[in-house]
Amino acid sequence: MSIRDYVKEDVFPLFTCPGCTHGTVINTFLRAADELKLDRDKTVIVCAIGCAGRTPTYLDFNVLRVTHGRALAFATGVKLARPDVKVIVFMGDGDALAIGGNHFIHAARRNIGITAVVLRNEIYGMTGGQYAPTTPVGAKATTAPYGMIEPSFDTCKLAASAGATYVARGDIFNLNNLYNVMKSALQHKGFALVEALTSCPIQFGRRNKVSDPAKMVQRIKNMVVTKAVAEKLSTEEQAEKFIIGEFVNTREIELTERYAKLLDINKKENEVVITMS
Amino acid sequence: MSKYSVAVNGKWCKSCGICVAYCPKKIFALTAKKKMIVEQEENCIGCKMCENRCPDLALTITKKEDKTNG
Repeated sequence: MSIRDYVKEDVFPLFTCPGCTHGTVINTFLRAADELKLDRDKTVIVCAIGCAGRTPTYLDFNVLRVTHGRALAFATGVKLARPDVKVIVFMGDGDALAIGGNHFIHAARRNIGITAVVLRNEIYGMTGGQYAPTTPVGAKATTAPYGMIEPSFDTCKLAASAGATYVARGDIFNLNNLYNVMKSALQHKGFALVEALTSCPIQFGRRNKVSDPAKMVQRIKNMVVTKAVAEKLSTEEQAEKFIIGEFVNTREIELTERYAKLLDINKKENEVVITMS
Repeated sequence: MSKYSVAVNGKWCKSCGICVAYCPKKIFALTAKKKMIVEQEENCIGCKMCENRCPDLALTITKKEDKTNG
């Protein structure tokens, strides 16, 4: 199989703006899916609203498209009903951290077997360029015409402290790293988070004088450092950069495993047959 | 002669210029009307940098079959 077998070729081209690198993340995801030989019938992709939420609807898997911010909530339901399927969630930064912030931390706390991919493009693209909780300080947006003044979220630290058992960050310049973390996240049992730094040349770039898509990719390149390089930097220098790579990779008992155990105990005690299809 | 052929899906390509900037051999170019074209296909080294970076999955690099050995 090639990656073309995983896309709905008849609905292409992608709806994204020219130079939007959400497609690059999808491209990398498809390469990882192809390498792992994901079964299309046993994979559910859940996505919500927004640029990042709309992109996976072009993929030929079982795709569920739900209300804004609630992708993880619906994915939890899918996973509990069918623990045998692989559930993958694609979210934008506003989707995951602002509107669905609570669902995000609780999915991480429950350690449910979902692979969550957060595409961090630092802006609300589809709704017209409003600032997101990830917009860097000083960057301009339609709702921050004089520059953003609020500090932004560190998705990886948030997920790790909430209890996610796999946390990693990739970006669309260092594609080998993104490919590797995506592959490990797809193989992980438990809540796996991959934050992918992407670029939005139209809504973010045009307002911040980097509208050239290639320059936006270069901007991402300048923003990130690998873990090995970051160790040599001082704390102040580290705070300005995004560290890429794996942060957490542990194995703990997953929610559907706990649930199956609970059903087993109940079965023995009460002799009531509870079927799970 | 290049060992690789570069196929561009014209309907999917949005001429964003990412492949133009990141090809190590600079085989792509933008025309005056900002349309992406393959200029020097014979220089392709098959690194697949463009194929992996393309946000629209519009590029495919395939290895040409060696015809000299039958």
